[in-house]
Amino acid sequence: MSAEEKNLIEILEEGHTVDVVKYIDYVSAPQAGAIATFSGTTRDMFEAKTVLELRYEAYVPMATRCLSSICTTARSTWDIHKIAVAHRLGPVPVGETSVFIAVSSVHRADGLDACKFLIDELKASVPIWKKEVYTNGEIWKENSEFMEKRLELAEKRDSIVEKPVVEEHRRRGCCGSKVRVEEDEEHKDITGDNKSSS
Amino acid sequence: MDKEVITKIESDDTSSVEIKVLLFARARELAGVPDLTLKMPSGSTTQKCMDELVLKFPSLEEVRCCVVLALNEEYTTDSAIVQHRDELAIIPPISGG
Repeated sequence: MSAEEKNLIEILEEGHTVDVVKYIDYVSAPQAGAIATFSGTTRDMFEAKTVLELRYEAYVPMATRCLSSICTTARSTWDIHKIAVAHRLGPVPVGETSVFIAVSSVHRADGLDACKFLIDELKASVPIWKKEVYTNGEIWKENSEFMEKRLELAEKRDSIVEKPVVEEHRRRGCCGSKVRVEEDEEHKDITGDNKSSS
Repeated sequence: MDKEVITKIESDDTSSVEIKVLLFARARELAGVPDLTLKMPSGSTTQKCMDELVLKFPSLEEVRCCVVLALNEEYTTDSAIVQHRDELAIIPPISGG
């Protein structure tokens, strides 16, 4: 099976919800002892403002390409069996899943690290936008990961993501959590090792 | 660009290229259109195209500083040369996830 057959990337058009079970089933395999998942869920409040509606849009062909490229980079760094990435478009009611990532691997460390890498890179470089509508206005959100990576993106034509040095990535994750405080408030992020038997 | 130059470009098709421009999110709202065809002199850079877009849609000035450009579905530099029928996307700060 080629790497392409082992990635499932779906940008879901308006009206389609994220079927979490479908993606977990997709990555699940007898040889994979671990499935790591990340689920991003829309929140009802941002900086004490009540969110009425969240609406996503994407540059779909490029978003799909970017995600495919990020999957390839993850595979060259960690020992991964299958990857599923889904992102919803259109209005997403508060409390529903907007993004879901599932990674299966023989051992859990590869899956967990790759899962974190995938969501961090998605937020930094995949052309998807979210508008939050409040009772008193609306705003297009901006991921801090993108702002940090913006100049770097514009310098590279051929590769969207640099192959991560594992130590480097971990270090970035550590510092990144402070930078990401603002953005994290948008989500009740759930990172989990759903089926860890390795 | 003055009027005389524009006239010259439009009257000489071999020295100009037509590209498709896609606008997203805030950029689309400011311009009021999701896409358009832009005629540019041959050898124009993506930056030059962006200059032209801001001339057409002055409100785009608001996002100009923080947009990134993509050429044919890949992030690109300001100095990349656009070719006939290229697709140039204006990418304001992203917020997926």
